[in-house]
Amino acid sequence: MNTDVVDVYVWLSRWPFRRLPADDTRQLVAKLKAGGVKTAWAGSFDGLFHRDLATVNERLTADCRELGDGLLRPFGSVNPKLPEWEDDLRRCHEVHAMPGVRLAPAYHGYSLEDPAVARLLAGAAERRLLVEILVSLEDQRTQTTLGRVPQLELAPLADLVKQTPGLRLVLLGAFHGGAKRDAIERLAASGEVYFEIATLEGMGGISRLIEWVTVERILFGSSSPFFYFDSARLKLQESELAGRPLEQIGSLNANRLLES
Amino acid sequence: MAAQPRIWDLHCHISAAGRTPTERMAELMRYADRMRIERVCIYMGYPHSTNPSPERLREENDQVLEALEHWHDRAFGFCYVSGEHVDASLREIDRCVRDGPMVGIKLWVARRCNDPALDPIIRRAAELKAVIFQHTWFKTDGKNFSGESTPDDLVALAKRHPGVPLICGHTGGTWELGIRAVRATPQIYVDLAGSDPTAGITEMAVRELGAERVIYGSDAPGRSFASQLAKVVGASIDDADKERILGGNLRRLMKEILAKKGVRT
Repeated sequence: MNTDVVDVYVWLSRWPFRRLPADDTRQLVAKLKAGGVKTAWAGSFDGLFHRDLATVNERLTADCRELGDGLLRPFGSVNPKLPEWEDDLRRCHEVHAMPGVRLAPAYHGYSLEDPAVARLLAGAAERRLLVEILVSLEDQRTQTTLGRVPQLELAPLADLVKQTPGLRLVLLGAFHGGAKRDAIERLAASGEVYFEIATLEGMGGISRLIEWVTVERILFGSSSPFFYFDSARLKLQESELAGRPLEQIGSLNANRLLES
Repeated sequence: MAAQPRIWDLHCHISAAGRTPTERMAELMRYADRMRIERVCIYMGYPHSTNPSPERLREENDQVLEALEHWHDRAFGFCYVSGEHVDASLREIDRCVRDGPMVGIKLWVARRCNDPALDPIIRRAAELKAVIFQHTWFKTDGKNFSGESTPDDLVALAKRHPGVPLICGHTGGTWELGIRAVRATPQIYVDLAGSDPTAGITEMAVRELGAERVIYGSDAPGRSFASQLAKVVGASIDDADKERILGGNLRRLMKEILAKKGVRT
C-alpha cells in the first residue's frame, strides 16, 4: 500500500482473556508503523471492563503521549450508566484534548434506546467530539464464560443520529455475523455515519461495501492488536482498490473527519 | 516474508456470485489471483445443505466437478460426503475420487464424526490416500448443530483409525480449545480457515502442535482471503514455518494421491 494510513480502531492495554501478540504499546506502535500507519485512534481495553474510567482515560492519554511516538490519538471511554458520566466526557474534551470518545454499550450493559445515550451523543456533538460505538468485538461463538457479550442492536441508531445535529459517528465492528445491507444503508443515510473494515468479511468485501454506503463513508480499521493488523491491510489489496478510493479509505476520509 | 511463498488454500467453496459453477469458480479465482494464491481446494456446492440427501450429495459434487473443468491446473476438488448416508457416500467417493479427479473428502455437519457409523467412509478415503477434512466447532454459545462435530469428536475418530491423517476444520473455531483437544493426536492437522483473524491463533498452533500440523485455508468466498491469510502473514513465527503453513504441509499431505493421479505441481 503506497498511502499513509489512518487506523481508526486500535486498542491499548490488555485483553483480559488472553495475551495478544503486540499488546505492549511500543510493540503495537512498531507493528502499525511497519504497516504504513501514520495515525491510529486508540481506545483502551480497560474502558470495557473498569468502572473508574477517569483513570483509564488518564492512562490512555499518557500512553499515547509517552509511548505512541506521535502516532496514537486517544479516544476515551464514557459509560452513560455511571454516576457523573458527564464529567468523564468533559475531561476527555477539556483535560485530555481528545478528538473523540469510544462507547461500548454491549460491554456496559445498556441499549441504544436508553435515554442516557441520546444525552451523551448530544453532549459529544456539542463539544465537536467524534463518537465511536463498538458494535461487536469478539465472535459470540468463541466468547469465554465470563466474557459473554451480545452484539449491539443497531435498530434504534438511525433515529438517534437524525435527532442529534452535528453528530459524527464511527461504527466499530459493525459486520460480525453478516450485516444486512438495508440496515447499513439506512444508517449511512441517517447522517454522518462511518464504517471501518475490521469485521468486514467475504471476498472483495470493501468493493461490496462501497456499493452500499459510498467510498466516503469507509474508514481503515484493524482492531489491532485483537486482530492481526494485516487482515485490514490485505483487504485493501483484495478489493481492487487503487488511486483515489484507496487514499480515501486509507486516510483521507479519517483526516477529513478529524479536521471537520 | 522475503519471497512470495507458494500459497495453497485448503478451504474454499463455490458460493461466489455467478449463475453457474463455472462462473462462480471464475469469480473465486479472480480474487485468488489478486492474493497470489496458486491453488485452491473446493468442496460442496450451492446452496449449502447441512443434511443432504444422497441425491443432493451427488448434485453438489456434480457442481464441484463442473467448477473444476476449466481449472484443473489451479484447483482440487473434495467429495462432499455424509455420515447420514454412508452407502451413498461410498459410491460418491468411488465416482469422484477413485474414478474422478477429486483428491479429498469433506464431512460437514450432518452427523458427528465420533459415530462409528462413519468408519467405512474414513477407511475408503484412507485406502485411496484422499485428504480427509472434517468441519469442527466448539461453539461456546451452545449453538452447535446437532450433527456438528467438535475437535473432541475428531480425536475419537482418530483413535479408531490410527495413522490416518485427518484435518480439524476451523481448528474448532474456538481455537484455544481446539488446539488443546487435538494436541496429543499427531495424525490430526488443523485448518486455520473460517474464523475471525484473532491474533495469536497461529502462534499457539505452531507452539503447541508444531508448524507441520498447521494448514492455511480461507473459507472464501464467505470469508475474505485477506482476513485468513493475515493469520499466517501477520503471525510472529519464522518465515520457514509460514511457508509450511501456506502450502508446504498441504502439498506433503496430498503428495501420494496427486502422484497416483499423475498431477504434477
